Amino acid sequence: MEYFLQQLINGVTLGAVYALIAIGYTMVYGIIGMINFAHGEIYMIGAFIAVISFAVLGVVGITWVPLALLIVLIVSMLLTGLYGWTVERIAYRPLRGSFRLAPLISAIGMSIFLQNYVQIAQGARIKPLQPMVRGGIELMKGETFTVTLSYLQIIIIVVTVLLMAGFSWLIAATPLGRAQRACEQDRIMAALLGVNTDRTISLTFVLGAMLAAVAGLMTTLYYGVVDFYIGFLAGLKAFTAAVLGGIGSLPGAMLGGMLIGLIEAFWAAYFSSEYKDVAAFSILVIVLIFRPTGLLGRPEVEKV
Amino acid sequence: MSAAKIPLLRVEHLTMRFGGLVAVNDVSFDAWPGEITAIIGPNGAGKTTVFNCIAGFYRPSVGRLTLTNGEQQFLLERMYGNDIAGKARVARTFQNIRLFPKMTVLENLIVAQHNKLMRASGYTLLGLFGWKGYRKAEAEAVDRARYWLDRTNLLSVADEQAGSLPYGGQRRLEIARAMCTEPVLLCLDEPAAGLNPRESAELNGLLRFIRDHHNCGVLLIEHDMSVVMQISDHIIVLDYGKKIADGSPEEIRNDPAVIRAYLGEPETSEAGAA
Amino acid sequence: MTFAQRLRDAGLAALVAAVLALPLLGFETIDTGGPLGIRARFHWIAYAAVSVFIGRLALLAFFDWWRLRQGRPEPLQSNAPARKDILTRIGSQADKYLMPALIAFAIALPMMPFADRTVVDLATVVLIYVMLGWGLNIVVGLAGLLDLGYVAFYAVGAYTYALLSLNFGFGFWEALPLAGLFAATFGIILGFPVLRLRGDYLAIVTLGFGEIIRVVLLNWTDVTRGSNGITGIQRPSFFGFPFTSSPEDGQTAFHELFGLEYSSIHRIIFLYYVILVLALITNLFTMRIRKLPIGRAWEALREDEIACKALGINPTNTKLTAFAIGAMFGGFAGSFFATRQGFISPESFSFIESAVILAIVVLGGMGSQAGIVLAAAFLTLLPELAREFSLFRMLAFGAAMVLIMIWRPQGLLAHREPTLRLSTQPSSSGGGKP
Repeated sequence: MEYFLQQLINGVTLGAVYALIAIGYTMVYGIIGMINFAHGEIYMIGAFIAVISFAVLGVVGITWVPLALLIVLIVSMLLTGLYGWTVERIAYRPLRGSFRLAPLISAIGMSIFLQNYVQIAQGARIKPLQPMVRGGIELMKGETFTVTLSYLQIIIIVVTVLLMAGFSWLIAATPLGRAQRACEQDRIMAALLGVNTDRTISLTFVLGAMLAAVAGLMTTLYYGVVDFYIGFLAGLKAFTAAVLGGIGSLPGAMLGGMLIGLIEAFWAAYFSSEYKDVAAFSILVIVLIFRPTGLLGRPEVEKV
Repeated sequence: MSAAKIPLLRVEHLTMRFGGLVAVNDVSFDAWPGEITAIIGPNGAGKTTVFNCIAGFYRPSVGRLTLTNGEQQFLLERMYGNDIAGKARVARTFQNIRLFPKMTVLENLIVAQHNKLMRASGYTLLGLFGWKGYRKAEAEAVDRARYWLDRTNLLSVADEQAGSLPYGGQRRLEIARAMCTEPVLLCLDEPAAGLNPRESAELNGLLRFIRDHHNCGVLLIEHDMSVVMQISDHIIVLDYGKKIADGSPEEIRNDPAVIRAYLGEPETSEAGAA
Repeated sequence: MTFAQRLRDAGLAALVAAVLALPLLGFETIDTGGPLGIRARFHWIAYAAVSVFIGRLALLAFFDWWRLRQGRPEPLQSNAPARKDILTRIGSQADKYLMPALIAFAIALPMMPFADRTVVDLATVVLIYVMLGWGLNIVVGLAGLLDLGYVAFYAVGAYTYALLSLNFGFGFWEALPLAGLFAATFGIILGFPVLRLRGDYLAIVTLGFGEIIRVVLLNWTDVTRGSNGITGIQRPSFFGFPFTSSPEDGQTAFHELFGLEYSSIHRIIFLYYVILVLALITNLFTMRIRKLPIGRAWEALREDEIACKALGINPTNTKLTAFAIGAMFGGFAGSFFATRQGFISPESFSFIESAVILAIVVLGGMGSQAGIVLAAAFLTLLPELAREFSLFRMLAFGAAMVLIMIWRPQGLLAHREPTLRLSTQPSSSGGGKP
């Protein structure tokens, strides 16, 4: 029982991270109908920027953890957001009128480029981070196992919930959010009505990248290491989450993220930890075959 | 009405619902072999939906679509899209023209004869080794293509890319391609759209030729009344998803319900009779 | 654009580059064995900013010059219709004239004076990728199905041969058809549920499958020996005559058969010719099948699936055939790979391989036989010829994929030869009603 609860906590934490990344996928798909294959690398870049920022702060002498966390959060979000913006400008915007698969192939190229860029710039070895947030609360004491909820896990979950709530509010209640939703439904009409679609699309990418940056920071703190390859796996799983929840649907991405996190945690704990990645990929395949619109998505009717 | 006793296509109680919207509401009609049947009606009347149900794009919510081809009968509402074309021999063209633009005009017509050629090539295996039977079948296919290119005035552009043809040529190519599948029912979705009067007259000639010489019934959706009135043997009028009239062009022309649907209620005016 | 405007644009681009470069290029992380060390290398930021500045300036100037030359005003995002532009013409000429020359060169290669062991070996690697490219071309180029997991079939072929060789003593030639068969079966199993998915979803699902295969290969250690891989795979013999300096009693070695001195290069050359033949078979097959109904159906499906359905073509079966045949050739290539190396491990079958093969097809040009050869050669040879480049190989690769999509999405030498022309067709009947 205690073991189960611990996996539950771990799964929710993992799910929170996936949800943050999944939002990026789902928003981009919703607004321009493409899969941003490079989004996983954006997350990885966010994680790297976090690690480097911590190291720089350490050298500069800012070691008080809350302040460091805040600075790194802001810096990482801004810089990663800029990366997201640049990727869209260079690799996707010129392809707006092109055939359907062109942005996907371009995204694959971009993903390879970014992965190798980081690998060349920072070396292929993993980068460690000193644990910053230690300790936690003991929830339940069993005979063999104590269920702990670490402070870091609390932070991750709280930050994620706050961000998702804030984001939902942004989409639902602000002019930017309205413009975003309008572009999702009918880009040409939105443009005719005066919405700056290019800027809206760019902002979508930037926001997605910022959320990915937060996810990257969380991952770095949680696992203590980053390497240039984490983007590929996390990206694929987060994409699975977005598809599972219903691609194009914001609550779907959050739900999907949670589910994937939980499934991965439980699978690794109870079945086999080597095959946990296969669990996520298999879900992707199964969802796309049997219910491509996902849990919360709406079916598309193709007009002939 | 034709003297044939069994209709080529019998549509019974066809209803199509999209969620809460009822696009087609209990429509029934017959299309007879050797006749040109037109479905007309104001925009949004459900014509294309009826069409798509017949051609297999939508699965009707309710209804039976029976195609009788000589000895065989097919229930179209239960068939897969490509079987409707392949087995039941129902060919269709599209409102927005769907050619294979990067393939040549000739290749478009050869692709239309795919099923026949596949069998002749031994599902590719015999064809790979240059079997003579396949080469003969391909030559026959080219002949059939040549025949229809001739009838649609496209012989001179046979080796051009289909996408490079002018609009009228593309429309004609679509019909030629549909005829290359040797259909018993040819369904045309607004074949005269965008054609000038001369091209419309040529279209009329082509459709009459198909009806008279190829044992093929024609079912068409059209807005262009000159085409409809001149060549249809039988007209069905839809409005708001329901059938409001069914008869010969003469009958339809004078049907008050049809006039009302297209032109609206006459305004009561104090200035005297209209 | 005026020069001042261009300067400002380039300046802005350089600024963005500098900001982007700051964290990842401007700082260098140092592995100290303990906490992460960090060192500033701000001059890298300067390099990045300056090169972006110059590059952007040049690009803008080029665009303006190009537009002037075309006589058009500054256009909006336009999608110009495909005219027979120069690259398409080069592409069709290349297939007609360059291909035979390349084939002749390839056949003669081992006999050329500069052809030592390294050269032939390298050429063998190039040919493997050429074959994979031509195989994937059936799926991506002809049928238009974006398969991101092609490496799975490569792996199936390799492991099939390896396991047959290890457990049942199969020789290369006996196992080859089986490798193709298993890979094709795999293609059908994989393809059947997913081929009705839309293009980008299909791509991701195939990617997922590829990864599942890799993880299974890595972890199903009972069968696949996991990350240790399978060693001691049987090397090919010259149709029964082994390539060894010391044959067993009663066996005649290859060199003895031809009265030559034993040299290890014999096997290398033999392997080279084997892959050359396999690749040429793939090519011949592709050219032939384009002219058969199934090949045309693939291309028609790529253009418009709905129209195909309206003509009675079953899209799922047609796609499955393409998938399975492409998989089969991948399987052949995989089994060759296993026999050449004598050793395989899951590491050789990662997503990157799929991406490389896809890039070969995409860059070389869909439908271009010669283009794929050139792309494969370029991708394989460049890091070899210039050692410094090998680190940047993948970087340039990714950038090239983006650039090709922007500039010429169908691929550099893409062109399409019609499969038949009316003007060259004889008439079988008199031309009356068929």
